Amino acid sequence: MNISFLEFISYSFVQRAFISGIFVGVLCSILGLFLVLRKLSLIGDGLSHVSFGAIAMGLFFGLYPIYFAIPVVILSSIFIVKLTHKAKIYGDTAIGVVSSVGLAGGVLLASISHGFNVSLLSYLFGNILAISTSETYLSIALSLFVLVTVYLLYYELFSVTFNEEQANVTGIKSDKINLLLVILTAITVVLSIRVVGIMLVSSFFILPAVTALQISNGFKSAIFVSALVAIVSVISGICASFYLDLPAGASIVIVNFIIFLFSFLWRKGM
Amino acid sequence: MTKIVEVKNLNFSYGAFEVLKDVNFSIENGDYVGLGGYNGSGKTTLVKIILGLISPNSGDISVLGKDLKKFKQWSRIGYLPQNVSLFNPIFPATVYEVVSLGLISKKKFPRRITKADEKTVDEALQELEILDLKDKMISDLSGGQQQRVFLARALVNDPELLILDEPSNALDAKTRNNFFNLLNRLNKKKGMTIILITHDIGHIGEHANKLLYLEKSVVFFGKLSEFCHSEKMEGVFGHESQHLICHQH
Repeated sequence: MNISFLEFISYSFVQRAFISGIFVGVLCSILGLFLVLRKLSLIGDGLSHVSFGAIAMGLFFGLYPIYFAIPVVILSSIFIVKLTHKAKIYGDTAIGVVSSVGLAGGVLLASISHGFNVSLLSYLFGNILAISTSETYLSIALSLFVLVTVYLLYYELFSVTFNEEQANVTGIKSDKINLLLVILTAITVVLSIRVVGIMLVSSFFILPAVTALQISNGFKSAIFVSALVAIVSVISGICASFYLDLPAGASIVIVNFIIFLFSFLWRKGM
Repeated sequence: MTKIVEVKNLNFSYGAFEVLKDVNFSIENGDYVGLGGYNGSGKTTLVKIILGLISPNSGDISVLGKDLKKFKQWSRIGYLPQNVSLFNPIFPATVYEVVSLGLISKKKFPRRITKADEKTVDEALQELEILDLKDKMISDLSGGQQQRVFLARALVNDPELLILDEPSNALDAKTRNNFFNLLNRLNKKKGMTIILITHDIGHIGEHANKLLYLEKSVVFFGKLSEFCHSEKMEGVFGHESQHLICHQH
């Protein structure tokens, strides 16, 4: 495209894309670090499948899908935790059960309705450049809520992630922290759908975190690196998508992966 | 003497499998108790119950003078779990970050580590002669070094009660001697009460002043001198085992 960078960022839709993308990207990258280290990386993937069902339900009942999806995905995340404890099954299995039900529900509703398949498909791949002002405000508000919660409970989250038993011995209620972590993840997954789409949500959680694990030299440093990688990926991905006429969500993910690749090679001394 | 741990009529089972049956004992301030027994005799389960990690089926437990159900002062207890090296090997934490986690038990919401806390962490690392490892990644250390880091974490609050579950497994002979000398010093000089779980009964005779021997129920609890002169215990353990413990003592 033949416009300068300054002209590019003067468009309000581009500004909204940068603001929402950076907030959601930072959020995903920080939560992603806790999830990856707890071997729960695929919970983002599972909850995004549940979002698919919830968004289909929202469209079916004529409600705004994202607002409808937030409580449904939060309840599903709590159900995953309860299922893990009560049904005595592993966490990944519980994620698989809930996500497949969410996905199947979405497909059934789409099939019954015959009317909203196009709208539903737009959520599968997201479109950060089409984010509305109200969605931007929602992203900022919920991102700040999640980030402040993580800041206030940083040592609880760190301790439980490092060693749950030892965290319990220091008086931390690890079951409550685990529940909080999945609820925050549920909110973040729904927020990310407009940015990156249902299909690619989990990459927003996983890629910055695994990049940080390659090059960080401490836990605080890993959080900082993970957030920085997310910011760089979002900015570069949006620019690449605009100038090269590529889908934004997929561009952000590919930039994320390239950064991971370089960090991996750097760690290996190549 | 003040009772540090008191256990009355404690019973615990995993489903139909009975692990602890009618366990009774009390540990006093300054005791160094060796907790022995065969594999599966309930040693680790007993300690996990005392630490509030598992709820018993029945029984009364008080820790540091308080009913365990109401106990909240976890900074007064240090705990070194079994298999400390079984943490996530890719976890990106420095030695300083790991030890400082021990301090959060006495913090109130929102928990924060201050400059003064950094000094406390340094002192704990110094005590274990690992201050030079402060900025190293925990995953880059040897098993023995990791063991000392986790002991520093358990000691960083200067606890009144220290519980160690099979601590010498990952240590070579020299490190093990230094480790047990440190425990002796903490017990004798600081008056720290220690519960040491080990299946190596020789260690108990060498370091502890009391023996708690468990086989679902308490087989023996008392001073080692009483154990060594007990004909009844000779009947239970056999002359050789009793001699092994008492010879070290």
